[in-house]
Amino acid sequence: MSALLEVEGLTKHFPVRRGLLGRTTGLVRAVDSVSFSIDVGATLGVVGESGCGKTTTSKLVLGLERPTAGAIRFGGENVLTLGRAGWQRYRRAVQAVFQDPYASLDPRMRVGTIIAEPLVINERIDATSRRRRVHELLDLVSLPARAADLYPHEFSGGQRQRVAIARALALSPRLVVLDEPVSALDVSIRAQILNLLRDLQARLGVSYLFIAHDLAAVAHMSHVIAVMYLGQIVERGPADAVALEPRHPYTQALFAAALPIDFDSPREEIALSGEVPSPLSPPAGCRFHPRCPHAMARCATEEPVLRSTAGRLVACHLY
Amino acid sequence: MLAEPAALARPEADGAAPPVARGWRLPLVPLGIIALFLVVAIVAPLLGLPDPQEQSLRNRFKPPVWEEGGTWAHALGTDRLGRDLLSRIVWGSRISLAAGVLTVLLASAFGAAVGLTAGYYGGRVDAVLMRITDATMSFPVILLALILAVTVGPSFTNVVVAIAVILWARYARVIRGQVLTLMQLDFVAQARIAGAGAWRIITRHLLPNTLGTLLVLVTLQIGYVIIVEASLSFLGAGIPPPTPAWGSMIAEGRDFVTSAWWVSLFPGLAILVVVLAFNLLGDWLRDTFDPKLRQL
Amino acid sequence: MSAPVVDVRDLRTHIVTRWGTVKAVDGVSFALAEGETLGLVGESGSGKSMTCLSLVRLVPRPAARILGGQVLLDGDDLLARSEAEMQAIRGRRIAMILQDPMSSLNPVFSIGMQIREPVALYHRLRGRALTARAAELLAAVRIPSPWERLRAFPHQLSGGMRQRVVGAMAIAAPPRLLIADEPTTSLDLTIQSQYLGLLRELQRQHRFALIFVTHNLGIVARMCDRVAVMYAGRIVEMGPVRHLFTRPAHPYTRALLESIPRLGVRRERLTAIEGQPPDLSRLPAGCAFAPRCPSVMERCRVEAPPETAVEAGHVTRCWLETSPGASG
Repeated sequence: MSALLEVEGLTKHFPVRRGLLGRTTGLVRAVDSVSFSIDVGATLGVVGESGCGKTTTSKLVLGLERPTAGAIRFGGENVLTLGRAGWQRYRRAVQAVFQDPYASLDPRMRVGTIIAEPLVINERIDATSRRRRVHELLDLVSLPARAADLYPHEFSGGQRQRVAIARALALSPRLVVLDEPVSALDVSIRAQILNLLRDLQARLGVSYLFIAHDLAAVAHMSHVIAVMYLGQIVERGPADAVALEPRHPYTQALFAAALPIDFDSPREEIALSGEVPSPLSPPAGCRFHPRCPHAMARCATEEPVLRSTAGRLVACHLY
Repeated sequence: MLAEPAALARPEADGAAPPVARGWRLPLVPLGIIALFLVVAIVAPLLGLPDPQEQSLRNRFKPPVWEEGGTWAHALGTDRLGRDLLSRIVWGSRISLAAGVLTVLLASAFGAAVGLTAGYYGGRVDAVLMRITDATMSFPVILLALILAVTVGPSFTNVVVAIAVILWARYARVIRGQVLTLMQLDFVAQARIAGAGAWRIITRHLLPNTLGTLLVLVTLQIGYVIIVEASLSFLGAGIPPPTPAWGSMIAEGRDFVTSAWWVSLFPGLAILVVVLAFNLLGDWLRDTFDPKLRQL
Repeated sequence: MSAPVVDVRDLRTHIVTRWGTVKAVDGVSFALAEGETLGLVGESGSGKSMTCLSLVRLVPRPAARILGGQVLLDGDDLLARSEAEMQAIRGRRIAMILQDPMSSLNPVFSIGMQIREPVALYHRLRGRALTARAAELLAAVRIPSPWERLRAFPHQLSGGMRQRVVGAMAIAAPPRLLIADEPTTSLDLTIQSQYLGLLRELQRQHRFALIFVTHNLGIVARMCDRVAVMYAGRIVEMGPVRHLFTRPAHPYTRALLESIPRLGVRRERLTAIEGQPPDLSRLPAGCAFAPRCPSVMERCRVEAPPETAVEAGHVTRCWLETSPGASG
């Protein structure tokens, strides 16, 4: 499988400014040298808790923020070094669906207009073709054609997410960033939307960057999972490997906390002490070491690098 | 609030729309009053009223029709120069309403533009614009109008300009606040992701979602402007005579409040009723349009 | 069971909206013993939150009204009490933990001041003794350096810590019944894990009955002894957690379990539940789940099924269970 998106050493630091003159007093290391790739037609799931950097990473991929350092290679070329035309092409090829179905659609626009907006902005397309495309997209997400004339408030949460998905597909993107696409929906509706997303991937060959805190959903949807902690990837590999036999102590604790509904093989709960430290001053050495049940002396001084172990990459001195 | 999302307030299963919330308990009295004044103001020339500027010393200080000595020819009485009060009030309404509406339209258009720009761009643009806004808001309107009246001479235009030049700041502040809230919502980010530029986002996404607030503010402010215009006219810095204006009419009757009370009272009542109507309408609009974006 | 701490019988709460009267809680009955945990599961509009509000009589008036039923707390019917009496009961005998700790805590008062308040009220302590008890409570919810934390303000604490403070206030009395409405939904997973462990520990110590409202079946499996599944204002299935999850009797429960992605169970498609959650102001006649039920029969659309027993302690509302030779 060829790689559609390759991210290398992606870094984003936010300066903390104080005072009238805006002096930089600190640096929030939101994303620190993150590397991963997404194959054509595949899904990369990213998991992690608050402050891990997954939202910032998604913004960097979407082009909503410029990285402090690192490269983003799309179809082979580093889009950060391309001229304006190349960058626009990249932006069109990467779209997004966000968490809140009530905030992601302009309440004053009809659904048809919302879905067509990317087309209107980016392509010279006449009204008839536009209408046809909108109907095509509505059909793709199993909404009736007449939905185009209705307003967002006339739809339920699940239906609004379908509209958001239709809009994301308007420009025939190669990659769609899904940021918690079902967590604001009722449980009984989530399966519908997840199934839809998988069907669309099979039909259209689109890739996904799937961010969610529902680990089971991520494991279900993803081919590859990356686990982030305080701006870094601590484990990355095939979904089943990472989810069922995690190696990094943080991943183990995370998936143990996922609480499966399984009475026959109860997972051992791993209680982590303490809270997630602030990205302003991450711990020295391995950023996880203050909370790690297996911490060694080395962990406090030396930062581990991602190394191949048991079929996936782990950044931990245990391996 | 408890965790359960309020699906109870939004029963839209199967895409059915909730019944229209607007058109439900319309504030008929304020709307009626405003409509009445508007219509009368517009068709004033056709009403066959006596000339508001025609003086007749023989008819000075005629009382209203229900008082002793009153006649239907001058239903609300006459003033010190024998001019018919009813006619002057009707013609004065044209001034007040025109001043109110025009000023507010100008101020809101400019203020909204400033607020949208400041809210969208943020950073230095926002800081600079807001400092200007703050400075403007702290300048007293009446003082400015008086200065204009003294230097350039009183006129309708001066009144409108003097008020609008300070009033816009209020709109700028409120709209900017709303824009900041709107910017947090995902659909703005989505527009960016789709490739929209500043102009498109501001005009097609932000502005329509602030119209509700603008409408409320505009309505509430018309009353305020009418009072300011009346105050200015009262002080002699507003609409100059002989054009009938409610404020100057009150001023003219000031010395005769005990004897010919109708000269000051009726214009005063007119101001009271119109301003109250606009305020009540504005209140109702605010309650209806409360920015619950989800329910629009 | 021995005399239950909480015995709810046929509770009914209706809400008048501009789209009609909504039967938010439509004949809900359950009982809980000391130290027992009931999971209340359901989606939006199921009535789980309104049920909890009804238990403490804090339904949003005037639109919502408790129409009938009984809520017996240690045999004492709360619905027959006056508002003044209820105020004495709330916080003391029944406590609640809500989803968003930031709105449960007053941002302008220190943690110490907020914890002292209920303690002073319930235990009539003052001065040093009061502060000592407040610090004890913080320690009981495993907040490090409790004496220093007393002076902190809510915004200085993380989400998990705030939720613990709320927990400390809830067990100040300690209560007979604790209602927790999605207390961990806004917390990170590993923090959630710690918090749930803490709740269980507190329950072991103080023996209060716990009603845990959630839509997360994983939490139910870990925390609860029994679970009640609500749909459109009614309990459609209730029983011991293990039974319900391994042998669900109601098609809705079954469908929910099948639609949730499970770690370790690789499936190509999740079995989705067709349709949308019900519009409570326009409920169909008969069973509320009928429009979406994969096993629907003619009878279901006409008549609402009564509560029937599947096995000891396990009840459901479904015509499939009542008809002879019903498929399992």
